[in-house]
Amino acid sequence: MKFIKYLLVGFLFGIVLTKSEAVSWYRIYEMFQFQSFHMYGIIGVAVFTGIIGIQIIKRKNIKDIEGNPIIIADKEKGSFRYWVGGLFFGLGWALVGACPGPIFILIGAGFWSVAVILLGAMIGTFIYGLLKDKLPH
Amino acid sequence: MDLITQTWPWYVSGFIIGMVMLLLNYFGKVFGMSSNIRTLCTLAGADKFAEFFRFDWKSQIWNLVVLLGAMIGGFVAVHYMSDPTNVDINPKTIEQLATLNIDAPNGKLAPQALFGNEVFSSPKVLIILLIGGILIGFGSRYAGGCTSGHAISGLSNLQIPSLKAVIGFFVGGLIMAHFLLPLIF
Repeated sequence: MKFIKYLLVGFLFGIVLTKSEAVSWYRIYEMFQFQSFHMYGIIGVAVFTGIIGIQIIKRKNIKDIEGNPIIIADKEKGSFRYWVGGLFFGLGWALVGACPGPIFILIGAGFWSVAVILLGAMIGTFIYGLLKDKLPH
Repeated sequence: MDLITQTWPWYVSGFIIGMVMLLLNYFGKVFGMSSNIRTLCTLAGADKFAEFFRFDWKSQIWNLVVLLGAMIGGFVAVHYMSDPTNVDINPKTIEQLATLNIDAPNGKLAPQALFGNEVFSSPKVLIILLIGGILIGFGSRYAGGCTSGHAISGLSNLQIPSLKAVIGFFVGGLIMAHFLLPLIF
């Protein structure tokens, strides 16, 4: 039963990403062509909501559901991995119009061809795992 | 009913996505979808080949459950909450896509030319999807996160590394959308 809350949050995430059309290849293409504000609005409001929420959590020392302090770890410092990894990711994102969340949401919705993207993403992750120690970070 | 079947406005959608991230924080977790792909690799046996995949995958079950919920959400939204007026993109975008021989949405989330079941008999499209996936998988692990982990979670927590990654996402996306896509199609 402790997993039911995750299932519900995931369900909400799947609905909102589909209904906002953030899972749509068309919306990603349109965004990268600067022909609509829609995706920028979604990301902007999500981040704005998140910033306010996290500031409230930090300033009011809000506890999590089990009564433990909420700790959101800082990302590791660095530059190269973020610029270059980000660049690779962006090339793929604009090519197939789906990032990891939408890949699964679309498969759930019955777009079977997206399973090929998932297979690719697993291969890409595997390649990273093999090369990790040889790559500059 | 229209409120449910129409395209949800960006300000409503963005707010709900922000709340999804905050809810996971409240559950003591951090929102990030691409780490699930690493977990799936481990489950598929990648831990026999690289140290990177040797971790306690059971600590990530909650995230796989989020993923399962998201898949069910996608199914429900597409089958019971959509409308032919959906995916009403800019007419200029549609014209531009026509020159690349990519069909207009007409309510669909993804073009037939790239995502219809007929692509299973098109080696060119299969290779495009596979390469796109490889770039996403490799890039998200190299950068340590994807749109959810960096653009939403990271920026919300004012993380400079996430800002670098997000700028990288957009530079890569712009290069693909403006210079490479026209060469591919």
